[in-house]
Amino acid sequence: MIPNNFEYFAPTSIDEAVKLLEKHGDDCKILSGGHSLIPALKLRLAAPAVVLDIGRIKELKQIKIDGNTIRIGANATHSEIANSAELKQHCPLLGETAAQIGDQQVRNRGTLGGSLTHADPAADWPAAMLALNAEIVVRSGKGERVIKAADFFVDIMTSAVQPHEIVTEIRVPKPAQPNAAVYLKVPQSASGYAVVGVAAQLKINNGQCEDVSIGVTGLAPKAFRAKSVEDALRGKALDEGTVSAATAKADADASDAMEDIHASGDYRRHLARVYAKRAVQTAASRA
Amino acid sequence: MNISLSINGIKHEADVEPRLLLVHFIRDLVGLTGTHIGCETSICGACTVFLDGKPVKSCTILAVQADGTEITTIEGLAKNGQFHPVQEGFWECHGLQCGFCTTGMIMAVCGLLQENPQPTEEQIRHGLEGNLCRCTGYQHIVDSVQYAANKLKTQSAKAD
Ligand SMILES: Cc1cc2nc3c(=O)[nH]c(=O)nc-3n(C[C@H](O)[C@H](O)[C@H](O)COP(=O)(O)OP(=O)(O)OC[C@H]3O[C@@H](n4cnc5c(N)ncnc54)[C@H](O)[C@@H]3O)c2cc1C
Ligand code: FES
Ligand code: FES
Repeated sequence: MIPNNFEYFAPTSIDEAVKLLEKHGDDCKILSGGHSLIPALKLRLAAPAVVLDIGRIKELKQIKIDGNTIRIGANATHSEIANSAELKQHCPLLGETAAQIGDQQVRNRGTLGGSLTHADPAADWPAAMLALNAEIVVRSGKGERVIKAADFFVDIMTSAVQPHEIVTEIRVPKPAQPNAAVYLKVPQSASGYAVVGVAAQLKINNGQCEDVSIGVTGLAPKAFRAKSVEDALRGKALDEGTVSAATAKADADASDAMEDIHASGDYRRHLARVYAKRAVQTAASRA
Repeated sequence: MNISLSINGIKHEADVEPRLLLVHFIRDLVGLTGTHIGCETSICGACTVFLDGKPVKSCTILAVQADGTEITTIEGLAKNGQFHPVQEGFWECHGLQCGFCTTGMIMAVCGLLQENPQPTEEQIRHGLEGNLCRCTGYQHIVDSVQYAANKLKTQSAKAD
């Protein structure tokens, strides 16, 4: 399996990458970890004239805490995120999600920015990004644009990133109660992708759920916020009855349910309800 | 495009097409055929090598992406004619049958033990999920990893 030939550029700064994108945009693919793009090139599902390797841009690798914002460069790998002590302290949900992606070799190459842009409906990151109210920063010749996670996933394999744009950074607001969070998934046995995955971030005050955000991946053609569940939990005590009734609506906000060799649509809906319940209860128990 | 990378401590320079995969560079240009090609679809792990100290699947990396990096392949593990403890573990515990997955498996085990020097059986099975073996049923591979972990522990205790 050999890709079609292409012209290759490996810029070392974001500015340089943006210039190259302006020049080649329409027939150019950005390469970060390559663990979605290279398989597609090998199968010739993708055959761009130009490949723009952003792996040598150091600015895109940074992970830092900036006041109340966690800033993660688009090219931070799943492993780097899983192993970051700073992230573990300020937002353990990030490392917990990263550690559940694929296998060690995949985690050593795949990146947060690549995974989000690829917008695979079974990817893990979208659930966590939605639960954390993250923002995705993109750059182009026209300047910078900040996209909320809730607006980022457009459709199956389609994100809000346009051909001339490059994702530079992911901004995550520091959670008020970092430990009151979890990502749980049912992995496909061969690849590890999520049949269904649920991320939950809670804020609990005196036993009451003051705030909650829940991201669901794997069920629908695009990852989504389980607003119906959130609304049914906000302001309530998280007793068994309330959590059961609320999480029974975990599939209510799905645009559709995917069906494939891994699971039927009905089974995926069922998994979303079961995993939403477990996620809320686990996050609450960690608070 | 001209690239230059180090494989097992030896520098290799070549003019390659950007579409050349790292695994083909290693096998066909450099002639190190210990790194295998199993699935070619990023699943089986037979092509695992170390790139700048971390295990990666070389069928899913372009050779040009590896320009300037340091690669270790299975051929680079033994030192002075002595097996690396992980190789010794596979030898002693029958961690292989046909041997096709073995070289990639050993590189992945090195990665696993680097992160977690004393893994439990469950952690071993989970940690090697990027590598498939069609022969052994994995039990002897788990035994081999435990052998290697113990050997490495004794070695580092002696070194202290
Ligand atoms: C065997 C295997 C198992 C896997 N298992 C899982 C799993 O369990 N869960 C999971 O979530 N994922 C899984 N993945 C996918 C993996 O996480 C990918 O690495 C990830 O989806 C894509 O990230 P990347 O950095 O490799 O992107 P690339 O493959 O380099 O790029 C992906 C797409 O995003 C675009 N792109 C990349 N970076 C940018 C940027 N900064 N700006 C604009 N566009 C950009 C590219 O042009 C391309 O279209 C698996 C992959 C493999 C091969
Ligand atoms: S040949 Fe690379 S993962 Fe199978
Ligand atoms: S020993 Fe034959 S595939 Fe593993």
